[in-house]
Amino acid sequence: MSTHTEHQAPQGREPLDVNDPRLTRFDIVREGARRDDIEIVHYEPQVLPGTKAERRLTRVVAGFFLITGLAATAFLAIYIWWPWQYAPGRGGDKFYTPLLGATLGIALLAVGFGILTWGKKLLPKEVSIQDRHEGAVDADGRTITGQTMLYMADELGVKRRPLLGISLLAGLAPVAAVAAAPLVGGLISQPHKNNQMFTTGFATPEGGQRIRLVREDGRPVRPADISTGGQLTVFPGIEHGVSNRHADSPTLLIHLRDSDAQESRRANERVGHGDYMWGNYAAFSKICTHAGCPASLFEQQTNRLLCPCHQSQFLITDNARPVFGPASRRLPQLPIEVDSEGFFVAKSDYTETVGPDFWERP
Amino acid sequence: MKRRKFDLAATPGKAAVGVDDRFQVATPLRRLLNKVFPDHWSFLLGEIALFSFIVLLLTGVFLTFFYEPAMTEVVYDGSYAPLQGTPMSAAYASSLDLSFDVRGGLVMRQMHHWAALLFMAAIVVHMLRVFFTGAFRKPRETNWIIGSLLFWVGFLAGFTGYSLPDDGLSGTGLRIASAIMLSIPVIGSWLTSSIFGGEFPGTIIISRFFIAHVLLIPGLLLALISAHLGLVFKQKHTQWPGPGRTNGNVVGERMFPRYALKQGGFFMVVFGVIALLGGLFQINPIWLFGPYEAWVVSAASQPDWYVMFLDGSTRLMPAWQINIPIGDGYVIPPLFWPTVVLPGILVGLSTMYPFLEARHLKDRKSHNLLQRPRDVPARTAVGAMAVAFYIVLTLSGANDVIADKFQISLNAMTWAGRVGLLIAPPLAYYITYRLCLGLQQHDREVLAHGVETGIIRRLPDGRFVEVHQPLSAANGHADGHGELDYVGWVVPKKMNRLGALGPAVRGFFYPIEKPVEAPVSPGHPPVEPRGERAEIGSGETRH
Repeated sequence: MSTHTEHQAPQGREPLDVNDPRLTRFDIVREGARRDDIEIVHYEPQVLPGTKAERRLTRVVAGFFLITGLAATAFLAIYIWWPWQYAPGRGGDKFYTPLLGATLGIALLAVGFGILTWGKKLLPKEVSIQDRHEGAVDADGRTITGQTMLYMADELGVKRRPLLGISLLAGLAPVAAVAAAPLVGGLISQPHKNNQMFTTGFATPEGGQRIRLVREDGRPVRPADISTGGQLTVFPGIEHGVSNRHADSPTLLIHLRDSDAQESRRANERVGHGDYMWGNYAAFSKICTHAGCPASLFEQQTNRLLCPCHQSQFLITDNARPVFGPASRRLPQLPIEVDSEGFFVAKSDYTETVGPDFWERP
Repeated sequence: MKRRKFDLAATPGKAAVGVDDRFQVATPLRRLLNKVFPDHWSFLLGEIALFSFIVLLLTGVFLTFFYEPAMTEVVYDGSYAPLQGTPMSAAYASSLDLSFDVRGGLVMRQMHHWAALLFMAAIVVHMLRVFFTGAFRKPRETNWIIGSLLFWVGFLAGFTGYSLPDDGLSGTGLRIASAIMLSIPVIGSWLTSSIFGGEFPGTIIISRFFIAHVLLIPGLLLALISAHLGLVFKQKHTQWPGPGRTNGNVVGERMFPRYALKQGGFFMVVFGVIALLGGLFQINPIWLFGPYEAWVVSAASQPDWYVMFLDGSTRLMPAWQINIPIGDGYVIPPLFWPTVVLPGILVGLSTMYPFLEARHLKDRKSHNLLQRPRDVPARTAVGAMAVAFYIVLTLSGANDVIADKFQISLNAMTWAGRVGLLIAPPLAYYITYRLCLGLQQHDREVLAHGVETGIIRRLPDGRFVEVHQPLSAANGHADGHGELDYVGWVVPKKMNRLGALGPAVRGFFYPIEKPVEAPVSPGHPPVEPRGERAEIGSGETRH
C-alpha cells in the first residue's frame, strides 16, 4: 500500500467515523494521526510482500537474531566452564574477561543490527508532518490562569492581613535552619584541632625523645646507608609513622655530593636554616607544596626534584626553591642530626607548614 | 452447568478495554505513538549518553554488591599473588576481589568504567552539535542549561567513582582534590577538614564518596536527564531546514513503530560496543597501581580524559602566589585559579551563552529550525575558540607523556601550552570565520552558476572552459538560467548528487530485484533502456 496524500490543513475537516466498516485499518491510523495534527504525507513500503527482497531481508534479520542466540549461549558456557580463577603466568584465565566481553558484545550487537535492519529496511518509509502549535499562544488561557492565581492570592488575603505572611516567614526561616543544622553541624570539623595542619609526625612529644628517621620497613637509617648522590624516603619513627595516618610526614633524605653540599649550606644560611643539614645530608618534605603529591623524581645531575603530578621542580641545592612549574613555595626542610647510636633523628619538627598551601598559612 | 467459552484471540482486546475503562489511556497513548520525530544522524549523539547512563546504572548496581566502602586497614589475601600480604584499605581489597575473585566481576567493572568514559564523551559531542547548529536558542535555553549541568554532575560522578577503588592512582587524585579545596580563600581549610572528617586522608572519605557516587549524584543525574528528555518531548525536537520544513512543523517519522525500533536497535549497539570495550580493552588496572600510599606516585599519572583539561590548566598556571599582609599574613595559592576560578567561569559562560547571544543579536523569536555552522560564522568561530582552548588544556594534561614519548623537554611542553593557550583560540576563531565565509561563498556560487561537471570544452576561439550544470531552469538570465536562493540547507556540489550516477543494483552476488530505470539526470541524456536479457543456455544463441 503506497499513499501519497496532499498535505492539507486539518482545521475545518470533518472527523471520520472510525466505526465505518468500509475503512481500512490504515485509514483509521491516518485519521488518528490527523486528530493529533499529524499528516502522513508519504507512506511507502520498502519491500513488497512475497518478493525475493523481502525473503532475503527476513533471512538477514533472522540470521542476526540467531547469532545473538549463539553468542549468548557461548557467553553462558564460557561463564560457567572456562577456568576463571586468577593464576600467575599465562593461563587460560587471562582470556576469561576478553571472551565474556566478546561474546556479550557480539550478542548485543547482533540483536541491535537485527532490530535496526528490521526497522530500517523492512518497515515502510514514511514522512509525517506534525504541527508544533507554538506560534499560537493561548491568550485566553494565560488570562484565565493569571486571574485564577491572583484570585487565590486574594482569597488568602495576605495583602489585607500582612501579619499572616510575616509570621509565616518568621516561622519557616528557623525551620529551614533546623533542616540544615544537623548536616552542617555534623559534618563540620575544626581544621586546627591539635594544631594538626602545622605539625607532622616528627614533632617531638612533650619531654620525649627526638624522633628517628626510619625506612618504609621501620628500620632506622644510618648515614652510611645512603650512597653519595643517593636519596631515601624516610618516615617518623613512631607508631603508624609509615602509613597514611601521617600523610604529611614522608620526607626525602638526600646525600649530596661535596660541592653541592657546600652550595646547599650557603643557601641554607641565607634563609636561616644554617644548622638544618647534617654533614652532606639534607632532608626535605616529600609532599609537594603545590597540590600535595609526593615530589619523588630526583634528578641527581641537576639536583632537581620533580613532582610528577604537575611538573613543579625544586632546586635542592638552593633550599628546595621552586624553579619551574606551578609550585610557589619551597619544600620545607627538616632539621636533622645523628644521635648517639649513629641513627638519623629530627632535631625538631618542620619549622614551616608542610603540604599544599591554604589561606591562613602564616 | 454451562461452561463459558474462552476466546483466546479476544483476550488482549478485552484486557485493553478493561485498562482503558479504569485509566482512560487510549487517547494519550495514541498521541504518544503518533508523535513525530525528525531524523538525522547528529540527533543520535545525545542518545549515546542516555544509553551509556543506563548501562552505568545496570553495571553499577552489580558492583555495589561486592564493593566495601571502608578505609579499615586489612591485609590482602585474595588470589592476585603479587599483592598478597600487603596492608591496604578494605575498599581497595574489595575492588581487587571484584577483579579477581568475583566471577565476571572484572568485565562488569571495566564495562562500568568504559560506559562512564563514553557517557562523558557523548555529552561533549552532543553539546558541540547543539551549539554549532544553534539548537540552544529560544525556546530551548533551559534544556541547554540542564545539559551543561549534566556535564559537570557527570564530571563529579566520574571523579567520585574512580576515587572509590582507593588505589595508588585514585588516592593521588584525591590528594589533589583535597589541595584544590584547601586553596579556596577563607573557607578552604574548614571545607577540606569537614569533607575529609579531619586531616587528609582521614578514615571517612571513601564512605562519603560512596554514598555520593551511588545515591546522591545518580539521583541528581536521573532527575536532570528526566527533565532534559521531558523538555525535548514537550518542546518537540528541532529539525534541519529542507523541503516542507518550517519553523511551525516537525517533518519526520511517527514514533512507532519504525523510529522506536531504530532507537531500540541503537541502544543494543551502544550496549554491545561497551561490552566489547569492557571485555577486550583493559581500563584502570588498579592491581598494577598498588594501594594508595601518600609517599608513592609514578610518572604518567593521568586522570580520566574529561578531568585532564583541569589537570592541564593546573600545570600551565604560573606560580603566582598572592600574599595578603594582614595580621599573621594570608595566602591565595596559585592552585586556586586554574581549579576553582576557571571551572566557575566555564560553568557561568556555558550556561549563560544562549542569553548572551540572544541579547547580542536582539533575537527574541523562537527557533525550531537548525542553522548550518557555516551560516553563523561568529558563533561557529566562538565555538572553535572554545574547542581550541579545551584541546590545549587537555593536551597539557598529558604533557609529561608527550614530552617523554617524543623526546621533548618537559619545560618546553609547559611553555608551549602556556603560549598555545593564548594564541590557539584567537587563531581558531580567525581560521574558522574565514572557512565559514568561504563555504558560504561557494554555496552561493554553485547556486548561481551550477555544479562543476569536470567536462572541459574548447571554444571556437581556442579557450577552454569547464561546463557547469545549472541547478535551475532557463529563464533568460545572463548565463541562460535562473539564480536560486540559498535556503539554509545542503547545496549539491557533485554531479552524483544530481543523479548522474547510474542506478544502483541491489544485491550481494546477484541482483535481488530488477534495476530501477535510470533517472533522467540533467547532466546526461536519458539512458537507453537495456535490451531484455535472457538466460544463456548451452550452445544456444539468443533470439
